Amino acid sequence: MKYTRLVSLGIFLIILGIWEAACRSFEVPDFILPVPSEIVMITITKWSVLLPHAGITALEILLGIGISLLISVPLATIMFARPSVEQALSPFLVASQAVPVFALAPLLVVWLGYGIASKVLMAAIIIFFPITVSLLEGYKNCEYEYAMFFRLMGAGFWKTLRLLYWPWALPYFFAGLKVGVSVATIGAVIGEWVGAQKGLGYLMIQSNARLRVDMVFAAILWLSAMGLCMWAFVGFMERRVIRWK
Amino acid sequence: MLDISEITKKFDGLTVLNRFNLSVPRNGFTALVGPSGCGKSTFFDVLTGVVPKDSGTIYWLGKNLPSLGRKAAYMQQKDLLLPWFSLMNNALLPVKISNQINKASREKAQELFGRLGLDGFENYTPQQVSGGMRQRCALVRTLMFEHELVLLDEPLSALDAITRRSLQSLLVLLQSEFKKTILMITHDVEEALVLADEVLVLTNPPMRIRERFSLRGNKPRQRSDPELIRIREHILDELQSELTDEVY
Repeated sequence: MKYTRLVSLGIFLIILGIWEAACRSFEVPDFILPVPSEIVMITITKWSVLLPHAGITALEILLGIGISLLISVPLATIMFARPSVEQALSPFLVASQAVPVFALAPLLVVWLGYGIASKVLMAAIIIFFPITVSLLEGYKNCEYEYAMFFRLMGAGFWKTLRLLYWPWALPYFFAGLKVGVSVATIGAVIGEWVGAQKGLGYLMIQSNARLRVDMVFAAILWLSAMGLCMWAFVGFMERRVIRWK
Repeated sequence: MLDISEITKKFDGLTVLNRFNLSVPRNGFTALVGPSGCGKSTFFDVLTGVVPKDSGTIYWLGKNLPSLGRKAAYMQQKDLLLPWFSLMNNALLPVKISNQINKASREKAQELFGRLGLDGFENYTPQQVSGGMRQRCALVRTLMFEHELVLLDEPLSALDAITRRSLQSLLVLLQSEFKKTILMITHDVEEALVLADEVLVLTNPPMRIRERFSLRGNKPRQRSDPELIRIREHILDELQSELTDEVY
C-alpha cells in the first residue's frame, strides 16, 4: 500500500518535473501555461484571495449535499417500499441525468438569481442521482432469507427498514455519497461560471479574462483539495459507521 | 398438537405436495428426511406462509391457521445473524421486533448465553466468533421467540462434524427443558435418528411419507446402538432407491 502510494507520488512528481522543464526550456509565456512551481506559489501566497471564494463554493457544495440527502434518502426508501413508485419515477431520474448540467445552469440562474441558491441546486441535482441509485440498489441487495426471517418474526416494513435494510444498504449509500461529493464541485462551479458574484468558479472566469492563468490553476488546485477532503471525510465516516465490514 | 392435513402445492404444473398429511404431538420431536428436491423446503415455506398453499389445513393447538408464520420459531442452516449487532443484540432481535424488550428479556438472554456456553461473548460481533458459536447464538434467538413450536430447517448442516455433535445435545434441550414441539428437516439421517422421537422418510415429488420410524430411549441416542445403525442403513437404502427412481 505504502509502495503503491510512493509510486503514485513519484509519477505525479515526474509529470510536474517534465511540465516545469518544458515550460522553462521553450519559454512558454505565463498567460498560456505557467510553470507548476509558480502555480504552487500562487496557491499558497494568494490564500487570502482564494479563501473567501473557496468558502462560498464549499458552502454551495455542502448545502447541495444536504439538500440531495434530504431528497435522496426518502426517495430511495419510498421507491424500495413501493416498486410502482420506482417504475413511475425511474424515467424521470434517468432523464434528470441525461440533460447536461450546462443546459440547466442558465435556467437556474434566471430562476434563482446570481446568489448561491442556483449553485446549491446545481450541486444537489448532480449529487442526488448517485446517492438515490446506490441506496436503492443497497436496499434491493438485501438477501431474501434475511428479509423473510424478519417477516416471520412479525417485523413490519419500517422496523425491518431500521434494523435490516438500512444497515444493509449503508455501504452502498456511502459508495454513492463518495461519488456524489466527488462530482459535486462540477455543479457548483458550472453554476458560478454562468452567473455569480463569488466562488472559485467566478474567480476562474475573472482570472481567465485577465489572462491570469496561474490563478485559474490555483483555483483548480483548491477545488481539487476541497473534493479530496470531502471524499476523505466521507471515507472516515464510512469506517466509523460501518464497523462490521 | 400440530396437525397438517391435505396440504397441496403446485408450481407451474409440478405437484410438489399432494394432499400431504402430518401430525406432530405436543412437545414431540419429528424429523423429516428425504432426497434432495423432494419438497421439504417447499413444505416449510408453505407452513410458514412464505408461499401460499393451494389447499389444505394447518391446525396448531386446535386452531385452524392460514400459516404458522408468527406462531413458530424458525431456525435454519444459515444463522442469519446481523453483522452490525453484537451477539446479545442478535439474540434479543425477536423481543426487539415485538417491542417487548425489558429487563426480564435481557436476563433471560443472559441466562441462555450461560447455558449455551456463550458467557463472556455477549458483546462480540458474529464475525468475531466461530460458526458453532454463531449457531448457538441463533439457538438462543430461537428460544427468545417464546413460541412453543419450533421449525428447524437443516439447522446444523453448515457446521463441521464435531461442532455439529455438540450442538445436537443443545437441540435436545429445546424439547426436554424448554418444552418445545419440534419439526426438523435434515439431510443427516443419523442426526434425525439421534434426536427425534419420530423420523419420517419422504419420497420424491409429489412428496409423501414413505415410511415412519418411532424411536424411544434417552436422547441424544447412542450412534453405536445396533438398532439405530440398522434403521439408518435401511433409510439410506430407501433414499438411494428414491434417487435411482429419479434417474431411471
